[in-house]
Amino acid sequence: MAGPTLLKESGPREVFCGLTSIVWLHRRMPDAFFLVVGSRTCAHLIQSAAGVMIFAEPRFGTAILSERDLAGLADAHEELDRVARELLQRRPEIRTLFLVGSCPSEVIKLDLARAAERLNEELQGRVRVVNYSGSGIETTFTQGEDGALAALVPLLPASDERQLLLVGTLADAVEDRLIHLFGRLGINRVSSLPPSQSTALPAVGPGTTVLLTQPFLTETARLLRDRGATVLTAPFPLGAEGSRRWMEAGAQAFDVAPSQVATVLDPLMERARIALEPHRQVLAGKRIFLLPESQLELPLARFLQRECGMELVEVGTPYLNRDQMAEELALLPEGTPVMEGQHVELQLDRVRDSAPDLVVCGMGLANPLEAEGIATKWSIELVFSPIHGIDQAGDLAELFSRPLRRRELIHPALHPTQPDHPVHA
Amino acid sequence: MDLTLWTYEGPPHVGAIRIAASMDGVHYVLHAPQGDTYADLLFTMIERRGQRPPVTYTTFQARDLGGDTAELVKRHVREAVDRFQPDALLVGESCTAELIQDQPGALAQGMGLTMPVVSLELPAYSKKENWGAAETLYQLTRGLLKQDVPAAQPQHDPKRWQQQGRRPRVNLLGPSLLGFRCRDDVLEVQTLLTMHGIDVAVVAPLGAGVEDLKRIPDADLNICLYPEVAESTCIWLERNFGMPFTRTVPIGVGATHDFLVEVHTALGLEPPSPEEGYRRSRLPWYSESVDSTYLTGKRVFIFGDGSHAIAAARICSEELGFQVVGLGTYSREMARPVRAAAKALGLEALICDDYLKVEAAMAEAAPELVLGTQMERHSAKRLGLPCAVISTPMHVQDVPARRSPQMGWEGANVIFDDWVHPLMMGLEEHLIGMFRHDFEFVDGHQSHLGHAGGAGAASGVPDLSDGPEVDEDALVWTPDGEAELKKIPFFVRGKVRRNAEAYARQVGCKEISSETLYDAKAHYKA
Repeated sequence: MAGPTLLKESGPREVFCGLTSIVWLHRRMPDAFFLVVGSRTCAHLIQSAAGVMIFAEPRFGTAILSERDLAGLADAHEELDRVARELLQRRPEIRTLFLVGSCPSEVIKLDLARAAERLNEELQGRVRVVNYSGSGIETTFTQGEDGALAALVPLLPASDERQLLLVGTLADAVEDRLIHLFGRLGINRVSSLPPSQSTALPAVGPGTTVLLTQPFLTETARLLRDRGATVLTAPFPLGAEGSRRWMEAGAQAFDVAPSQVATVLDPLMERARIALEPHRQVLAGKRIFLLPESQLELPLARFLQRECGMELVEVGTPYLNRDQMAEELALLPEGTPVMEGQHVELQLDRVRDSAPDLVVCGMGLANPLEAEGIATKWSIELVFSPIHGIDQAGDLAELFSRPLRRRELIHPALHPTQPDHPVHA
Repeated sequence: MDLTLWTYEGPPHVGAIRIAASMDGVHYVLHAPQGDTYADLLFTMIERRGQRPPVTYTTFQARDLGGDTAELVKRHVREAVDRFQPDALLVGESCTAELIQDQPGALAQGMGLTMPVVSLELPAYSKKENWGAAETLYQLTRGLLKQDVPAAQPQHDPKRWQQQGRRPRVNLLGPSLLGFRCRDDVLEVQTLLTMHGIDVAVVAPLGAGVEDLKRIPDADLNICLYPEVAESTCIWLERNFGMPFTRTVPIGVGATHDFLVEVHTALGLEPPSPEEGYRRSRLPWYSESVDSTYLTGKRVFIFGDGSHAIAAARICSEELGFQVVGLGTYSREMARPVRAAAKALGLEALICDDYLKVEAAMAEAAPELVLGTQMERHSAKRLGLPCAVISTPMHVQDVPARRSPQMGWEGANVIFDDWVHPLMMGLEEHLIGMFRHDFEFVDGHQSHLGHAGGAGAASGVPDLSDGPEVDEDALVWTPDGEAELKKIPFFVRGKVRRNAEAYARQVGCKEISSETLYDAKAHYKA
């Protein structure tokens, strides 16, 4: 069969768990609070992963389980109610409280759905309480967002109105721009999930056409389908080509004439080509290795190969939803190794053996690889940066060309005698 | 269940990783789910290490829980041993693995491995990072040395170097990765001891290998450089090998001198001259110089780990002439000595790991300078107070490229600069006082050197005084009262406002004018 070579691997992983999604979700919905029900490790994880020292009082916290809770000396449900009450008293501006399950709360089978039900009753609509799991035994990194959005789907009001729903967290500016462009295509009813105000939930129903902005929203998409929505499959809106095809899929669903699409998008494509060109000069012919982390790896690989001329050594992904990714897989060159899962040690051996020019990886691995002389790009930066849409293609390419340009700038000066020697071990 | 928005310490297994990562040839197999690998970034990002910590995570998933997780543990142990061939293996579990009770340590010990295997039991639901680090160093040291423990009463003589015709030698115990400036402190203390003819035998855990730990009893004395990590190990070595250890942490001029006296006395050497600090460090003269007069009685709030908080309190009160108005720690293990240090200063120690309570205590104490962790730096910023960071938890800023020790003579120099620069310098403060009516000097003006900059009260930072009590008790500030209050430096204004209001209520006065302010001032000074 043509297309990429699909492989699987299992072993020790080096991927964030779903709790980490909180660090961008809480910025998207400033009136929401994410309460992790877990351990000190969970609390330490989100504070370290987000570098949250920068937040004075973040909109997330942890209800830390103690020995008393585990030994049954305290009723965990009563304790959770108490903590939630304490929190809401402190933060009266909170409108939606997410109870986020973790590894320990799942292992001890703490029923957060029941807790949410109980708290909803008590709070009588003043604050809405929902629950989902971000545990590392169930979810990886970006899947946490899928869980949070899936938890909101049952709360969406019903509507038969013909509308386009963009699903997945986008930077505000990017979202505005995409909605504006759809408007120019004649699609005027466009809403987003998650909304920027947690209480302003978009409606959903048989008239709803869904475009996923992120590739990791499998469960959310399934639930939206159950609510009658049509979920389009398209390449994801990363890079000019992917974004165009993604918008075209939406346009087609709304019977927008191809000539209209061309009128609106052709000039943008030309501009993107110009914006990409300097980065293409740096990236073309360079070899890239993507370690699994954000699940953006496939669309990114497609963009880097087709629009920036990079060679794909290996494309990792924490897990692969073949239906959702069918269009992305079809655009990858034949024989590209797509590795689902991870054995981090074996994968790093392959990185070293193949000596790529650039590696996309998690934060824990970046500096060790840099110290071995391998340039890296953090996966997490790709979920935080505004990279979606045709207009952002140049910025997206810049994220990858910058580490290489930086090497060219400083390497000769810092290593005057042995230009190819690793920095330090 | 405890509501935590931010925490000073990680879980205990992070402490264990600190020990493993600090050492050579030690590998840690951690039974933990995916996500717990975030710990790696503490070392590779925050401490900017060029190596991953030597940890193999089993990263079990929900689907593994139905099957044989014990087999999963053994597979990872085997793979880790084959790949890394460590000299010693630590095996333990994180919080979730503790719940599923696989007992990975026992499993590994039953695998017939050739290297020493130390099983770590670190209760994740009751203990924290520093405790985990201390327990790991203790278990590892004990595991490696227990067959060498003398059967009879130990015959350790710290003065035996004299008979053996060699220089005295000591071990430095406690410095670790993610410890506050440990890398630089080790170099500084080594230099200090070398100047006094004392050799350093083993530094552990930072940079030590398994063979080094085995050599610990060959030294004459243990230096407990960082009690949070090394005290339990030092106590065990004293009990089983008779090795004494030092109690003073050499941070500050006085403590460095006391430390040298303690080391010399234990080793049977002539103690050094009390003048040494004056000759070797600039802190004493800088503090005595006329420019420092303005430091007199500056109100300082101190919060951090136990060792650094205690040291800071002593330096502030004895060497810089500050007034310590708050002292506390998040380390419950160090509560006793911190309480004692606070009591000696007429204070009640704040033992607490809720940063919001710390911030409230800070606001209440109305200090002019805060010495704290990175979180207190944020709290201080909100309150418009200058701050210097003296303690973990680590931030990438706390791992500077330059050498920047806290210990020894050079450490005292660093401390003088780091703690005093956030304040307005003396001459500058003096000139600003003289020109305070000049329009250029807006309210809350601070030095360009100050970390808090001019942000102070000038830029809409909430005034400490914005309390509800004004309305409740119907106290009215007259315009001239408000005007007088404005003349008071912003950092004590909240305190003065509260005092004035308390005084007004006490004397049954409803209106607070400039006269009331002066009355209150006289009342509280008296």
